Amino acid sequence: MSAPVLSVQRLVHRFSGAGGTTVKAVNDVSFDIAAGETLGLVGESGSGKSTIGLLATRLLRPTGGRILFEGVDITQLSPAALRPLRARLQIVFQDPWGSLSPRMTIGRLLEEPLTLHAKLTSVARAAEARRLADRVRLPAAALARYPHELSGGQLQRVSIARAIANRPKLIVLDEPTSSLDLSVRAGILQLLDELQRETGVAMLFISHDLETVRLVSHRVVVLYLGRIAEEGPTPRLFEAPAHPYTQVLLSANLPPDPSVPLARHEVFGEIPSPVNLPPGCFFAGRCPVALPACSTAPPEPLRVEDGHFAACIRVADGTNILAPAEETAR
Amino acid sequence: MSLLDVEDLHVEFAARGLDNRMRVAQALNGVSFTVRAGEVVGLVGETGAGKSLTALAAMGLLRSPARIPQGRIRFEGRNILDMPERELQRIRGRRLTMIVQSPLTSLDPLKRVGDQLVRMQRVHGTASGAAARERAEATLAAVRIPDPSRRMQAWPHELSGGMAQRVLIAMALINDPVMVIADEPTTGLDVTVQAQVLDTLRDLVSARDLGALIITHDLGVVAHYCQRVAVMFAGRIVEDGPVREVFARPGHPYTQALIASTPGRIAQLGWTITGGTPPDLYNLPQGCLYRDRCPRATPACLIAPPRVSLGEAHGAACHYAQELA
Repeated sequence: MSAPVLSVQRLVHRFSGAGGTTVKAVNDVSFDIAAGETLGLVGESGSGKSTIGLLATRLLRPTGGRILFEGVDITQLSPAALRPLRARLQIVFQDPWGSLSPRMTIGRLLEEPLTLHAKLTSVARAAEARRLADRVRLPAAALARYPHELSGGQLQRVSIARAIANRPKLIVLDEPTSSLDLSVRAGILQLLDELQRETGVAMLFISHDLETVRLVSHRVVVLYLGRIAEEGPTPRLFEAPAHPYTQVLLSANLPPDPSVPLARHEVFGEIPSPVNLPPGCFFAGRCPVALPACSTAPPEPLRVEDGHFAACIRVADGTNILAPAEETAR
Repeated sequence: MSLLDVEDLHVEFAARGLDNRMRVAQALNGVSFTVRAGEVVGLVGETGAGKSLTALAAMGLLRSPARIPQGRIRFEGRNILDMPERELQRIRGRRLTMIVQSPLTSLDPLKRVGDQLVRMQRVHGTASGAAARERAEATLAAVRIPDPSRRMQAWPHELSGGMAQRVLIAMALINDPVMVIADEPTTGLDVTVQAQVLDTLRDLVSARDLGALIITHDLGVVAHYCQRVAVMFAGRIVEDGPVREVFARPGHPYTQALIASTPGRIAQLGWTITGGTPPDLYNLPQGCLYRDRCPRATPACLIAPPRVSLGEAHGAACHYAQELA
């Protein structure tokens, strides 16, 4: 098997918080992404998803751990040393309004990444911008427009076109469709799917939307307070979640289909503060099947089946599965 | 009994363009639906479809430059639209209340949670003093806020998003309304919190036999928390009916497209969606407003389709609804 496009090893990130506190945003996270693969990163607010996206693209420098991109250690590279790599390491954010300069036309926005990374004549660049617009199905007339004249879905297509301009090997997508309407969202997801099939680009798809992650990802990583609770192939993780937190999270999902019954695992208690994390499993305080041992040391990832791991000590003897929840009446 | 009865509601906005010409945006174009006691109705549609505008109109909150050239809104049998403001104020916040999307900007940052709940009662004359405080605490308990007596003293910024949303629900329920309108009540909340907040709302609605209108763009919320649904497109209700019926046999091509755009259906059926932009509200086309995006459109669609009945209380505004459903 060829080397992964991105390899994140024992990643740690701390922010300094108010009053001299330290926010432990990312706590020992490791994963790989192979060419042509989409890894879904799910978790609730504060789980460290977006921070990991920024670290993976080295828009932030991690406090600890290593980041290998195409086999090269980029953990400590300076901004200048990173610049040539950026052509192949791209990120698309949730808010297309905030990520595109309002003072540039769409045409110039599409030419900008080409100016930075490719040596093209202005004629060739304009032609390439038209090709990019066409590739993401933007009407040619959009090139002369400014961002405020386009819809959110069209702007997100512009962001994607900029990201693919220099044939990247990895695109981090941080909630790329969360601010878009349903039918527009589907169009963007379809576009990403096509681009991956054509170019084999690897994707890190960050989202809180379980349904979308299930649709687009080959593998899924579930985060809880900056630590990986579970990792596995998408179908297995959704059909047979092993970590109690994943079971709780998935049971709260609302599939857009009234014929699917809901059976929700109830949990109580507050989520611990990332400033003051407990010593053991972060979920132990809310976990319905927690043991005293859960609160002593961080759980190691245990193998559930091939490629499927959960950081729960109860996986060892198979007592990690929560009692079936009652179906909730409508 | 129907609590809220909206009939053929039209809302337009007049605005002066850069060329100094007055132009009129036709934002609502004949919205009709009812909400009865004890039922939760979902109003779904995409951005700009007119969902929130419909809610504001029902609350009697529309102000110039919005105009209502046509239509009726009855609440408990009385027309909201020709009610004097003083009388509206006796209904709003008392009989008919609203839960809005952003809890942290809807609470007064300079007042403790308990004081805000007490004020709601004093303003409407439902209770005051110790009785109001007692009731405030009981309502916080009813929306399942742990340790309500301590939360009475909390400032809004000390609350998490889910807690703040529960406080807003408590505000909406404290004066014992007969109906609540919830505009995107859980958008922006995490899934586990969303489920808890919606459970609370649903249980209270059923325990008190309230009518509820939930405005959302999330079909999952509609599927699991509403009994009936009305689907909006470009300021019109294109389909309405019992939730299970509408999901099982959608009769309008737009409803079908919405359902087909959900990730679960895409996984089953592949990429079938043809997205598109909503029509220009300043320059509405004749006939069916969905015509330009509709894969089934024919010349007949130049004539505005009537609501075609598809069963008991299920209908779609499409000439071909019968064969599509």
